[in-house]
Amino acid sequence: MNQEWKWDVWGDVFPTLLDGFWITLLATVLGSLLAAVLGLLVAMATRGPAWLRVPVRAVAEFIRSTPLLVQLVGAFALFNTVSALTIGIVVLGVHYSTYMSEAYRAGIDAVPKGQWEAARALSLSPGRTWRAVILPQAVRNVLPALGNYAIAMFKETPLLAAITVGEMVYEAREYASAHFVYAEVFTLAGLIFLVASYPTSLLMRKLENRLGH
Amino acid sequence: MGDFFSYFFDHFDQVGSGLWVTVQATVYGALLAFVLSFAFGFMGRSRFAVVRTISRVIVEFFRGTSLYIQLFWLYYALPPLTGYELNALFCGVVAFGINYGAYGSEVVRGALNAVPRAQFEAAVALNLSPFQRMRRVILPQAWVQMIPSLTSLLIMLLKATPLLWLISAADLTQVVQSMRDRTGATVPAYVTLLVLYFVFAYVLTLVMNALERAAKARLGQREPTKGLFRARSAEPAVTSTGGAA
Repeated sequence: MNQEWKWDVWGDVFPTLLDGFWITLLATVLGSLLAAVLGLLVAMATRGPAWLRVPVRAVAEFIRSTPLLVQLVGAFALFNTVSALTIGIVVLGVHYSTYMSEAYRAGIDAVPKGQWEAARALSLSPGRTWRAVILPQAVRNVLPALGNYAIAMFKETPLLAAITVGEMVYEAREYASAHFVYAEVFTLAGLIFLVASYPTSLLMRKLENRLGH
Repeated sequence: MGDFFSYFFDHFDQVGSGLWVTVQATVYGALLAFVLSFAFGFMGRSRFAVVRTISRVIVEFFRGTSLYIQLFWLYYALPPLTGYELNALFCGVVAFGINYGAYGSEVVRGALNAVPRAQFEAAVALNLSPFQRMRRVILPQAWVQMIPSLTSLLIMLLKATPLLWLISAADLTQVVQSMRDRTGATVPAYVTLLVLYFVFAYVLTLVMNALERAAKARLGQREPTKGLFRARSAEPAVTSTGGAA
């Protein structure tokens, strides 16, 4: 070993990392909410008429297949008057909405055809059909998948550091380069991620089993 | 706008070298991930509890601690600890390999578990050795099931390669970004960059589709040629893998 491991760094840097962690959490929660809403809209649009379905699907496919980091940095350069955190949340939300839409789509497809026909027979409007008949059945089954995407997003929030959002990795890098203690700081940051994401994923698995998947 | 494209084509050799870094990171990272997927996937099915536990701990550790931290740790933290200076591309390949290998091991394990029990029993009844059983009966069937998920992971890995730019490797992202800085053309630069990644992702998808078709043909399942060209969405490497357990 070239350099002694300094344990006292952990006590010193922990509050700083925790501050960053709240931003990480905030971005994950707001980003997931945005993705959940947008994803539903995308899923509904891909069941719509061809003029709406085809372009929405193409754009979603493009967003899904290209790197989130490039999208973030590009949006940051383009909208340089908007705060970095806002851009980060919106880009994360849009990116993950294209995944979540697939989950919704599977959920909507799983609703029996008879339910659509019954709603038609009762002459419900399209709006009421979605709201009162289809979505309550579809969304229940989709929830575990949405939760998994939220966890995946949580682990991608460090990317926000690239556009100067002061989340945990950004704070870690600032501190580490100022004090030249990279190993200690990044190890602690990784452990915080592990401690936060592992119990959540166990919980999601429990939820999935309970819903019978 | 014309500025950017004339600059882009005048300095096409730079684009080529950036693309080459990205291709190398993707291919080597994927190869390492593939090997680790099978290693941890098989370990996860071992008869010995100790081996299963070791595989479980390693997989959960690398899935839980975010790829970005792993990459930064390799690049920034390892050199002062060990005294070795690591090349950025090498760090990328190792980080991508272990991270996606951890996710891939769940795919391998799940696919092996999904092969019907009776196939194992039939192979035993035919007096095949464990190795023959795996190679001739179990793997060909599991392989077909693995390919779609492995394709998703491969696209995810490609999408992670711009991280190399953060540890200052001259990958595609960095090259095009520096061209944008020089020409001041933001929109054309980023759109070009995204299109390049999209094309690369589609090429990888075509290769994987062909692999899947060949694997299915081995099992006697024919597919229409049209299926070769379908796009496949990248799925994020989620923590819980549903029925895989």
